[in-house]
Order: sequence, then C-alpha cells, then structure tokens
Amino acid sequence: MSDTLFIALTTMGGLGFIFASALAIAYKKLQVEENPMIAEINDILPNANCGACGKAGCYDFAVNVVDQKVDVNACPVGGEEVANSIADILGVESSSAVKIVPRILCRGGDAEAKKKPTNYSGPLSCSVMEIVAGGDKLCDYGCLGGGDCVTACPFGVMIMTDNNLPEVIEELCTGCGLCAKACPKNIIEMHPSDRNVFVFCKSNDDPKKASAVCSVSCRACAICAKNTDGGVVMNNFLAEINYKLFDESKIPFEKCRTEAIDYLNKTAEIENVQ
Amino acid sequence: MELILIFFSAAIVNNFVLSYFLGICPFIGVSNKISSAFSMGLATTFVMVIASIVTWLIYYLILIPYDLEFLQYVSFILVIASLVQFVEMFIKKISQPLYRALGIFLPLITTNCAILGLALFIVLREYSFIEGIFYGVGAGVGFTLAITIMAGIREELDLADVPKPFKGAPITLLIAGILALAFMGFSGLITF
Repeated sequence: MSDTLFIALTTMGGLGFIFASALAIAYKKLQVEENPMIAEINDILPNANCGACGKAGCYDFAVNVVDQKVDVNACPVGGEEVANSIADILGVESSSAVKIVPRILCRGGDAEAKKKPTNYSGPLSCSVMEIVAGGDKLCDYGCLGGGDCVTACPFGVMIMTDNNLPEVIEELCTGCGLCAKACPKNIIEMHPSDRNVFVFCKSNDDPKKASAVCSVSCRACAICAKNTDGGVVMNNFLAEINYKLFDESKIPFEKCRTEAIDYLNKTAEIENVQ
Repeated sequence: MELILIFFSAAIVNNFVLSYFLGICPFIGVSNKISSAFSMGLATTFVMVIASIVTWLIYYLILIPYDLEFLQYVSFILVIASLVQFVEMFIKKISQPLYRALGIFLPLITTNCAILGLALFIVLREYSFIEGIFYGVGAGVGFTLAITIMAGIREELDLADVPKPFKGAPITLLIAGILALAFMGFSGLITF
C-alpha cells in the first residue's frame, strides 16, 4: 500500500517537475517585453477584477491606461486616490479635474411643446409613457417629463422643474451616467462639464412638423452649419455639433430663431465677453 | 479506413460541442467574430492534439505499468494546464492582437471540458496511439467548425432585429440548440 502511495507521489511530483521546468524554459524563451508601468499600475488597482470600467479585468485596464486608451480616472472602484497615483506613474495630469456631467438636450417643457389631444393618465414614468404611443407630447423626440432620470439618480442630482423638464445640480453629480441610460428618448447625454455649447433638440422631424409641435425645436434651417467647416453638421433634419472640429466663434447663435443651438449658461458667457 | 472514420466521427457525427455539449463556455464566449472564433478553434485544436498525444503516452507508459490508473484525472489536468500555459505564452509572443481578442477565454481552455473529455474518451475507448491522434485532430476540427459556424451566424445576427429579451446570450443559446439539431441529422451514420 505504501508502495502505491510512494509511486503515485513520485510520478505526480516528477510529472509536475518536468512540466514546470518545460514551462520555465518556455517562459524565458517566449518572454515579451512589457511596459514596466503596466505591472506598477496593476499593483495600485483594487484588483477586484469587477469589470466596472468596461475592461476584462484590472490587468486589461492597466494595459489600456498605459496606452492612453482609457482615462486615468476610469476605475470607478479606485476613485480619485487611484486615479491620482496612476496619473503620477504615467506623468500626466489627472483628468478628473474635468467632470463628466449629464446634459439635458431638450428644452421643450410643458410651456414650449404642444401636447396630444388625448389625455395620458397612467403611471408617471417615462418608460411607461414611451410604450403608450410614445408619450403625450406631439413631438416624438422630446422630454416626456416622467422623471425616470430623477428616480434613476442615486445622488439626487436631477430635479424636475415646474416646466416639467429635468435640471442637473452639478455639484452633486458623480458622472455615473445612470440618468442617461434611464432616458427612453436618449435626450440626456454625458458631456465634460466645461462644454458650453449644445443643440438643445433631438427632433428628427421635418421643419414643418418641428415648428408645429414645439416652439424651441431645431427647424433644420442649417444656418448654424454654414461657415463652420464641419463643426456643425445637419443630420436628418437636426443640427449636430462635432466637438472635435467645432469653433465656438464661428456659430451665429443670434441667427437661430428658436435658440435650439445655444450656450448652456448664457449669463456665464456674457460675463466672459465683458 | 478506421482512422478516417474516427476522424469524421469526432469532427461531425459526434461533434464535441454540438452533440456532447462539451466546451460550451468558449463556444458562447468567443463566437462574436469569425476571425477570433477561428483562432480560438485553432488554439483549442492545437491543445487537443498535443493533449491527446501526451495523455496517451502518460497513461500507457507511466500510469498503466505502475497500476496508477486512478491518477488519470489529476495527471490529465496537469498536462492540459501546462499545455494551455504554453500556448498562452506562445500566442502572446507571436500575435498580441490575437492574444487580446481571445482574452480571458485563452486561460479558460485549461478548464475546457472538451479537452479533458477528449483525453478520457481516448482511454475509455482504448484507442491506439495513432487512433488517439486522429481522434484529437477530429475533435479539434469539429470544435473549430462549430465555433466558426456559430460566429458566422452571430455576425449576421448583429444586423438583425432581435427582440430585446432575446438579445445577447439567450438568442445565442437558441441558435446553439438549433445547430445541435442540425448536427443530430448525422447521428447514427457512424457508431463510435
């Protein structure tokens, strides 16, 4: 009996040893030069491999962050501390200075957008209203005012105004993007907080319908797109800003009749000009 | 003739994925793109062939002479794990993009039941050394075939309007079931 045990142990031990040495040799022969920063960053990361950053794991995140494919603050678990240490290693500014915040790209509240002649009296929830004939506004693209973004936000960032449009309290925002996901009309988009020019309309309606259903819609006149060298492009009856190419000074804001393309914060901009 | 029958039996009639339902994890996980699915198939085939050779040698030259058949599971797993480690290093060396495309599923070949299943089938059916190799190649080709077909269907599926509850894994499993039904058509052609 003890013979069997002895033989079994030596066999497995021997096999293990042979394979281990073969692998060790192969490791030396096949070693790939790797950026030493990857290992360093991998040590700092929480190593929970939770995938919250959207990568396959902490190591994958480290590889991507060294290649500068993801931001240093993209690890939601590590938070600011980890972001700063990664920024130190990479020798870059931690981009956490610029917050990502939601922007509500519809200004058609109860006062501006016309409602359908029917009377909706179901649960006050955008996702339900969206199923019921796309909501009770005549515009198929505008804010439903059901407040799904308000319920989705765990930090109390969103509030509904009297005009039935959500508003963002930037100071409380963590930039998680849950509100943008909750919006069935995709009106809420995540943007860097220092971005100040937006097209506040998502309507792909033709000019005639757009002007009939809402007083602040984009009428697709394309005047804002002129002379911007691709900074603003017209797409399916809607002006879209290409933030990579666009130059604020070339956009004739005053010519937009409905102020669909506009500064987010007009007063701030006027102060800047003065 | 015997060898050709063994090959086709493993590749088509008793396909590892679609008739034994072994190796479903990479079959679902890496079948997004034809190119990476095909590479995964090749990597698995490589491991299968080498594993069939090495496990045969270990079983008949070491385990049998010393009456250690009870060690077959442990030693086979040891062989497979080492081989996968080697393949991983090798792929990382020759092709970084492929290494990244296969991602976590490459080390997971270690626990791919298709490969352990292959090694155990070879012992169970008392294949000779050459037969074992043919069986390994056949199984690998069958796996590659199944995962590539699946990837082809899923690439087309990206353009289709799939009902929301079925998007992603559910529709993939449904398709796998229908594919398995298609492969059922071969059953009984060769009985091995």
